[in-house]
Amino acid sequence: MGELSRIWREADHRYRLVAHKCGNCNKVYFPPRDICPDCHRDSIGKMTELEMSGNGTIFSFTVVHDVPPAFKRQRPYVLALVSLEEGPMVTGQIVDCTADEVDIGKHVHSVFRKIREDGQSGIIQYGYKFALD
Amino acid sequence: MRSSKRKLCLVRALNDVFIIGAGETKFGELWDRSLRELAVEAGLRAIEDAHIFSKDIEVLYGSNSLGAGISYQNDIGSLIADFSGIASSHIPAIRIEASTASGAAAVREAYLSIRSGEYDVAIVGGVEKLTEVYGSEILDLTSTVLDSEWESFFGATPAALAAMTARKYMKDFNVPKEALAMMSVNDHANASLNPNAHYRNKLSLETAMNSVAVAEPLNMMDCSPMSDGAAAVILASEKYVKEKEIHGVKILSSGIAQDYLALHSRPSIYTLDSARLASQEAFKKAKLSPKDIRMIELHDAFSIYGLIELEDLGFAEKGKAKDMVEHDIKLNGRISVNPSGGLKAKGNPYGATGIGQFVEAYLQLKDKAGDRQVKDLGNVLLHSMAGSGSTSIVHILGEN
Repeated sequence: MGELSRIWREADHRYRLVAHKCGNCNKVYFPPRDICPDCHRDSIGKMTELEMSGNGTIFSFTVVHDVPPAFKRQRPYVLALVSLEEGPMVTGQIVDCTADEVDIGKHVHSVFRKIREDGQSGIIQYGYKFALD
Repeated sequence: MRSSKRKLCLVRALNDVFIIGAGETKFGELWDRSLRELAVEAGLRAIEDAHIFSKDIEVLYGSNSLGAGISYQNDIGSLIADFSGIASSHIPAIRIEASTASGAAAVREAYLSIRSGEYDVAIVGGVEKLTEVYGSEILDLTSTVLDSEWESFFGATPAALAAMTARKYMKDFNVPKEALAMMSVNDHANASLNPNAHYRNKLSLETAMNSVAVAEPLNMMDCSPMSDGAAAVILASEKYVKEKEIHGVKILSSGIAQDYLALHSRPSIYTLDSARLASQEAFKKAKLSPKDIRMIELHDAFSIYGLIELEDLGFAEKGKAKDMVEHDIKLNGRISVNPSGGLKAKGNPYGATGIGQFVEAYLQLKDKAGDRQVKDLGNVLLHSMAGSGSTSIVHILGEN
């Protein structure tokens, strides 16, 4: 998972939650899309960048115990579907709290964190996680 | 007028398609068997079962999902053809990949190739070796069936997504965790009668409820295992079946639908639009409805999927599948669900899983399923799904 160009390419979206907004219907998409699934042809060339607030609510969540190798040191972690105030739903971790404090409907805000690292000498990858308000 | 006439001709030209042979390996931890050996074993069993010769086969569809990552092997169609000893016949042999629905996708391609009139006899062989990787490394590979950049990157696994669906579903419809566990209990009860199943032990509700947590609220007994295995079927045209006087199992219809790849992009996290639309297509094409189905093989990679699939395939209202798990889904219940043992207990070797469902349906419809035979069987519905629901493939089979 550690190719440098892949990580660099997504930096704006993962560091600052930059979404795409359709210039035709104003719907916001994250992750960014070049074509609006509602407007199709009418959206081409009209998708503009929009930096989201990072504020949202927990739509659902899980506590992950069986974790991939890159997440071994974080085990167990809370993963959630977060419904952002601009519209999109994103998948991300809930941090800075115990699993007992997390619940559906609670308000969260995004925080900038280390997501994973590829072994001892691999690239350290950063992005968004969420903390309870 | 002219265009409608042409359409009529086109409809008439489509061929009916029959399964005339089926074979599979045992599913499980098969450390002494390689990818190619498993594929060949299943293929030969299917060919013997069909009483045909390998020279009769005109096209091969291979199915496999993670062979490149696990066994460093691509072009698995050629691999299977080669080690089945038919390389010198130079028939087309292409591998089909649709993650965990690869097997059903390959059968569908073979079905279409015969239905179109291009071929009369096709073999479909699926294989997977998931136990070749140590410990948690397999999760990096199984998580490739999700959106790698926006789900797996942040720590999502297939189980984690299923768990988030489960939590929201249980809350919104007041469904007890026991209803999910009963899907696994049913799978294990049926698998105890299936010699090819990965797990043949019966599972009590208490054990199912108290196993080790994987992704809360799901625990180990809610999750299908990492299995090795292979399965194969032989499909033939109506013309071939009539000429050779073979009594095959008819594929009455095939339906397929896609959805957004990532769970977070879909309008609902517990309504599988792909399953809903694929089953509607399959029912429409077969001119049947859910009440005509006596047996289902579901893609219950996680117990929660078994429940919501029953709903989205048309067998229960949303939130009501819990009412079916006590009695209806049992072997010889109102609708026998997963008589094979399902993905939880028969096993889930990705590329072979969907074809294994066809093997089960074939055995059941030929009255050859032994101790787990469903009595007075009518039509059978098979559902295979990719990842968290990005593709669903539904087939309806009947004795005709």
